[in-house]
Amino acid sequence: MTGLQIAFLAIAAVTLASAVLVVSSRKIMHAALWLVLALGGIAALFATLEASFFAAVQVMVYIGAIAILIIFSVMLTRRVMEDTGPQNTRYWPAALVVSLGVFGGILFLFLQWPGFSVESRPGLEQGDLLVRFGQALVSPDEFVVPFEVASILLVAAMIGAMIIARDPSRK
Amino acid sequence: MTPWYQDPVQFIAEWLRGVLLGWGMPPSGVELVLTVLGAGTIALLAMLWVVFLIWYERKLIGRIQDRFGPNRVGPWGIFQPIADMLKIFTKEYITPEGVDRVPYNLAPILAVASVLLIWAVIPFTMTVMGVNLNVGIVYIIASGGLGVLGIILAGWSSNNKYALLGGFRAVAQLVSYEVPMVVSLLIPVILAGSLGVNDIVMAQRIPYLLSAPVAALIFFITSMAETGRSPFDLTEAESEIVAGFNIEYSGLKFGMFYVAEFLHAFTVSLLFATLFLGGWRGPLAEQVPLLGFVYLVVKTFVVYFVVILFRGSLPRFRIDQMMDLNWKLLTPLALVSLVVSALVAKPLEEMPLAQTLALLVSNGIVLILFIEGTGKKVQRKREIVGKPRPLAVPHPEEQQPAQSTGG
Repeated sequence: MTGLQIAFLAIAAVTLASAVLVVSSRKIMHAALWLVLALGGIAALFATLEASFFAAVQVMVYIGAIAILIIFSVMLTRRVMEDTGPQNTRYWPAALVVSLGVFGGILFLFLQWPGFSVESRPGLEQGDLLVRFGQALVSPDEFVVPFEVASILLVAAMIGAMIIARDPSRK
Repeated sequence: MTPWYQDPVQFIAEWLRGVLLGWGMPPSGVELVLTVLGAGTIALLAMLWVVFLIWYERKLIGRIQDRFGPNRVGPWGIFQPIADMLKIFTKEYITPEGVDRVPYNLAPILAVASVLLIWAVIPFTMTVMGVNLNVGIVYIIASGGLGVLGIILAGWSSNNKYALLGGFRAVAQLVSYEVPMVVSLLIPVILAGSLGVNDIVMAQRIPYLLSAPVAALIFFITSMAETGRSPFDLTEAESEIVAGFNIEYSGLKFGMFYVAEFLHAFTVSLLFATLFLGGWRGPLAEQVPLLGFVYLVVKTFVVYFVVILFRGSLPRFRIDQMMDLNWKLLTPLALVSLVVSALVAKPLEEMPLAQTLALLVSNGIVLILFIEGTGKKVQRKREIVGKPRPLAVPHPEEQQPAQSTGG
């Protein structure tokens, strides 16, 4: 077992444990903080895969923006400190079946992929990969259409949020 | 190989590598030891540097306010922060009732760590830098996000309404000012064609202060807001919310926030010098790497001086003014100048001098149009709700003698 594998297992264990704690903590604020740790674990996984761009973007977008917004809205929620009532619904066996099915499906699809069992090649040219990624996003033969559609979707969502948040009595 | 006095850090690293290899250590182990040593050295030096920064800032603020500043301990009071530091080590940690222990203790660490993380990617000379990360700029922004997390944790876990209010204000301010800061950082990235900090320094044959003055201005203002210092210190406005998010901290835990604030102010000056003033670049810096360090320190202190001048001379913003400045002026200005810079820079890529001139002129036009067109409009006047009602008026009979002497 190499050092990288040990690091992977440790990070994966931390990520999974904090993901479980997100749904099982009694205090909703703690759940939000465990979510931060889980997202940070994913960033660390990206870093061990030498995908430093994705690691940095993961921290910037998910921890720096989304988790902060979640914490913010949790802090503005009333009665965040109260922890009464059961945490499970009646339907948890059905949810278990669905999530196991999804996990199995994803695993099945990955097993079909020939690159699944190939060991990763360390020392890829990072700078070139980043340039390649940027060009692929705007090249007409590759991902320009999904990229632009995603951008328009985000702009529409942003405008929608502004319109909803607007005070209707003000002209 | 350059002589030792021209590039001492590399010299020591090479010497240590030779020694460790001579002891029969595997090469990967040697690299690990060197990396850990380097990271420890940078972090330690940065923290110790704060001792000097605190003295420098207090002295300068004293001069601005027509005082002497610290002047008792040592020559010019230079050992005053050391005495303060030793005192704060001995202070008691008071943990109030009802705090959330883990976030409460984690917050000061996060606050310092988020600033120290930035030091990992700053090139101090041509050869000395923590890591030459190819996504340096994204990394810097990401570590800023961790700082916001530290403040929010401090504000929430303290179980104190003033701390929570301070935390709310901090998050509103920091998250908002991150928007124009990120956009303004994209302009040097576009001009250099790289996200790596050292590549941006390498690309600055002419400092980007000339090619992107609007971006430099926006970055300067927004990074002042990110440090949470006057005039953007609403997060710890003493007159309104006592001390803000760090009110319940004592001893060294408060000291961590204090250190983080001073170090952050210096770090943004360092970043400004690196991204817009050419970093370590200067005459002979490529032959003698140590000279590059001198240039970087001089440039940084020029910026840091202006930061302190701002702190010493500007009053605090009201929260609506702070938001107006960000969303109605800085964000649109950053977006427009990003588009204009990209359009102007691309066709003139082959001619650096013409490109710089064109960028300078177009940036000036954008700035003037913005200030003329929108600057006046976005200034919000407070509504007058009624006539002023003084609490006490002089009695009419007592006013008589004053009037007679006045006449």
